[in-house]
Amino acid sequence: MGVYEIVAIILSLLVLLGIKLMSSPKTAVYGNQISALSMLSAIILVLVYNEIISMPLLWVAILIGGIIGYIIAKKVNMIQMPQMVALLNGLGGGTSAIVALVEIFERYENMIYFERITSQLALIVGGITLSGSLIAAAKLDRKIPQKPVVLKGHSILLNISLIVLCVLAIFGTLNNYSMIDIISISALFISILFGILFSIRVGGADMPITISLLNSCSGLAGAICGFTIGDPLLVSVGAIVGASGIILTQIMCKAMNRSLMDVLKGSHIADKTFTGEIIAVSVERDTQEEKKSVHDILQEAKKVIIVPGYGMALAQAQYLVKQLTDKLESEGKDVKFAIHPVAGRMPGHMNVLLAEVDIPYEKLWDMDNINPEFEETDLTIVIGACDVVNPAASYAEGTPIYGMPVLDVDKSKYVIVCNMDTKPGYSGVENPLYNMNNVTMLLGNAAETLKKLAE
Amino acid sequence: MSPILLILVFIIATFLGYKVISEVPTLLHTPLMSGTNAISGVTLLGALVSTAFAASNKSKTLGFIAIVLATINLVGGFAVTDRMLKMFKKKEAVNK
Repeated sequence: MGVYEIVAIILSLLVLLGIKLMSSPKTAVYGNQISALSMLSAIILVLVYNEIISMPLLWVAILIGGIIGYIIAKKVNMIQMPQMVALLNGLGGGTSAIVALVEIFERYENMIYFERITSQLALIVGGITLSGSLIAAAKLDRKIPQKPVVLKGHSILLNISLIVLCVLAIFGTLNNYSMIDIISISALFISILFGILFSIRVGGADMPITISLLNSCSGLAGAICGFTIGDPLLVSVGAIVGASGIILTQIMCKAMNRSLMDVLKGSHIADKTFTGEIIAVSVERDTQEEKKSVHDILQEAKKVIIVPGYGMALAQAQYLVKQLTDKLESEGKDVKFAIHPVAGRMPGHMNVLLAEVDIPYEKLWDMDNINPEFEETDLTIVIGACDVVNPAASYAEGTPIYGMPVLDVDKSKYVIVCNMDTKPGYSGVENPLYNMNNVTMLLGNAAETLKKLAE
Repeated sequence: MSPILLILVFIIATFLGYKVISEVPTLLHTPLMSGTNAISGVTLLGALVSTAFAASNKSKTLGFIAIVLATINLVGGFAVTDRMLKMFKKKEAVNK
């Protein structure tokens, strides 16, 4: 092992340490800075080690990229985070694909088989990540419809492009002629096509899974690219990112009650329509009394839980949520937030939006910890969430959400739902919560309805 | 480095990464994602070397683009993660 390899291992461990520090909000800032510094050292190491530090071309490119990256990072707002992450994923994938292409153009004849096959793979995985992420970003940014777009013979097209990619990769490995340029460019082109076909079929609410998966792919592409150029740092760091994406993908799939294959195949969960009737099994409370007014409920409540969903992000209502929280707390009430793992469009989306408006993270509770508390809660306020609070998930066998872990909001004494309408959520399953007699519906834009509550 | 060693590095890094990342709470999953995302801009290292040693103009041009994209990924990712994490941190200070 040479100096470079040893330093590469140290830097990889520093990156790992950085991620480890991200396990707590207290140390996470330093964790990120350590990762960033290790990356900076890695860049300088590579430039010095290869004696290319004085090449103006490289510095111009770094400068342009750095300025663009910095500006985007400063300008983006927290609601746009999912599309920002998707976009950056795409760039990472794109870089790996281009590097693989350059390597093939430059030194294909001298490559061993291992480098040939990995360069083709980096090309393919990178290309898919690039186009798949850009489509996902466009969907999240509502530049193209969030609905799954299914073309005629969509699956066949996907399968054909996959087979062609395999054939091209094999040719690209075995072929020794000048044809290699055409083969590689075709492979890149078809993998870009594959990414588009794959991503365009995924619906908006499946995006948390898709982004996590593409995150993993961008790391994987980097690692494979590292195989081609024989750089252990690329391999190790790429593998770490790949593992991170896979973990998030697993968590998201579990929380949505979806198998990864279902999402990949683009089978919309509402396809399996449930024909039976979902009855509101309401706990008969307060049947004697008149239905209380929202005002009274708010006044009397001592323990309040707020459940935010994608509707809050859409209505940009997090500022009003903060106002409402302040008001309730000034009246001496205990306010907590219940965050479902898939609320929003990416893992942890709600936490970031609430952190943006200065809601302390100690108040943000995840599903497993908050669920036992609903029973002792006087009032739960649901803001733009449907499937993640649907009590039918526990008993409506045969529905797409059956077995999906949900927040047990129906157990609290009163529930106020600030949703746009009473239409079913992404799953297409009616929400019996809306008909329970301890539930008050405030329909309309969450920004408007919350304003009333906060007054 | 030989292919076998590289594959070994890949396996060990995946395993260690998996262990460390499983401990990150859901609270921080968005910053985790944008942070690891930034790290995946590590391909910049490959881009720098490939571009520097590329002989043809075609490769140099492609490499130039790759460096720009990777730097956007790195700088943008780290900066935005920093912004997010400081929002979480800020809350703590207010609380005390």
